[in-house]
Amino acid sequence: MQDQPTPGEMLKTVAEFLRGTWSEEAQAHIAYQVRVAANVLDLVARELAIAPPENSLEAGRLRAILGRDGSLAELNAAFAEALDRGTLSILSPEVRDHLWATTLAKLSIDQPTYSGYRAALADRDGPANP
Amino acid sequence: MNTLMNDEVGIAGGLRKLVATIVPGAAVEGLQRLSGGATQETWRFEAVSAAGSTPMILRRAPSGDIEARLISAARDRDVPVPHVRHVLTPSDGLGSGFIMDFVEGETLGGRIVKSNTFAVARETLSRRCGEILAKVHSIDPAQFPALRSSAPSELLQYWEDQYRSTHWPRPVFVCAFRWLRQTCPPPPARPCVVHGDFRNGNLIIGPDGIRAVLDWELAHIGDPMEDIGWLCVNSWRFGRMDKVVGGFGDLADLIAGYQAGGASIRIESCKWWEVFGTLRWGVMCATMTRVFRTTDPTVERAAIARRASETEIDLLRLLAA
Repeated sequence: MQDQPTPGEMLKTVAEFLRGTWSEEAQAHIAYQVRVAANVLDLVARELAIAPPENSLEAGRLRAILGRDGSLAELNAAFAEALDRGTLSILSPEVRDHLWATTLAKLSIDQPTYSGYRAALADRDGPANP
Repeated sequence: MNTLMNDEVGIAGGLRKLVATIVPGAAVEGLQRLSGGATQETWRFEAVSAAGSTPMILRRAPSGDIEARLISAARDRDVPVPHVRHVLTPSDGLGSGFIMDFVEGETLGGRIVKSNTFAVARETLSRRCGEILAKVHSIDPAQFPALRSSAPSELLQYWEDQYRSTHWPRPVFVCAFRWLRQTCPPPPARPCVVHGDFRNGNLIIGPDGIRAVLDWELAHIGDPMEDIGWLCVNSWRFGRMDKVVGGFGDLADLIAGYQAGGASIRIESCKWWEVFGTLRWGVMCATMTRVFRTTDPTVERAAIARRASETEIDLLRLLAA
């Protein structure tokens, strides 16, 4: 399940920012904020491309683990509750593989250059690959 | 609603009278807001007199007087900190806070871990962090009765409540909370003044090493290992995952520096505090969505909120590799 704020919220905020007028005092920070705004647009573009197929894979895995149906938000709430109660455990391979797959998909949207993500991909590909 | 001089004109007016007493006859020039949120602000300015121009910092925060006393206590213990020139009083009309010297140097973590400028300094940074933290942790907590004192289990409960207040299920966070509850260390035998935000990004670094430790507003009384675990959180390694301490050094050097002053350290709890610190940063990011939707609907706030997932992958590496 992809994170918050939603793409719609972020696009609205970037648009308002780009339309804004800035005081002289604020000018020094504008270059930085423009870079952040561009990064947010990149993130939204990645979410539009990656989230639909990844979210259905995630829901399919959760249905198998939980043995029930529901929206992705409902499945995640039930999954979190089972983990909290201890009826499901991160030590079970099925749960662990699901958490990794879901989190790798989130990072491929939120921050594909993050060190922890790059290292996890390198581990998966094996040490032979760069 | 706080209408107390949030504008530049009001600040400049209040500072003019004050600075002339700190640096005799000095005028205030180049007033510029550096950063801050709803409750705290940092301003830079120049105190210009016949003797020359001195860069200074005005910090305004609700607990600014305690922060100033902590910085002074740290300075007494040879911790590198900015010199506090004046603690604001009600008659200054600038609210709560203090004025300190501006310390020149680099605070951007990415540059500190990568730039050649700091290549020599990086070799000793980790040991130096250990030495400095041992000094911070030797400050007498009895001097600061107003600081909150918490056992590890209470800190954990606080952050779990914060997570639950987001009403957004995060299975990885739930696993981490459960692991932390099951392996929670007891209250520290010797509760210390904990800096609370000692990390790459809050240290002013020069080619000569650490020039100042900043951002004391999260200081509290607790387990000294909290500061060490927080310094090791991967988000503060700025891409250099192999350098566990702040992206610039090794844990063995930090321990050696810490123990050099005779302080003992329960390093076996380091992983617990690294997991706790990672989760704490993750929950801080997750709660940014609420701030974004209420008081601060900016692109920066949205971008930080979407950094919660970086802590999820770090928690999986720590707990389910």
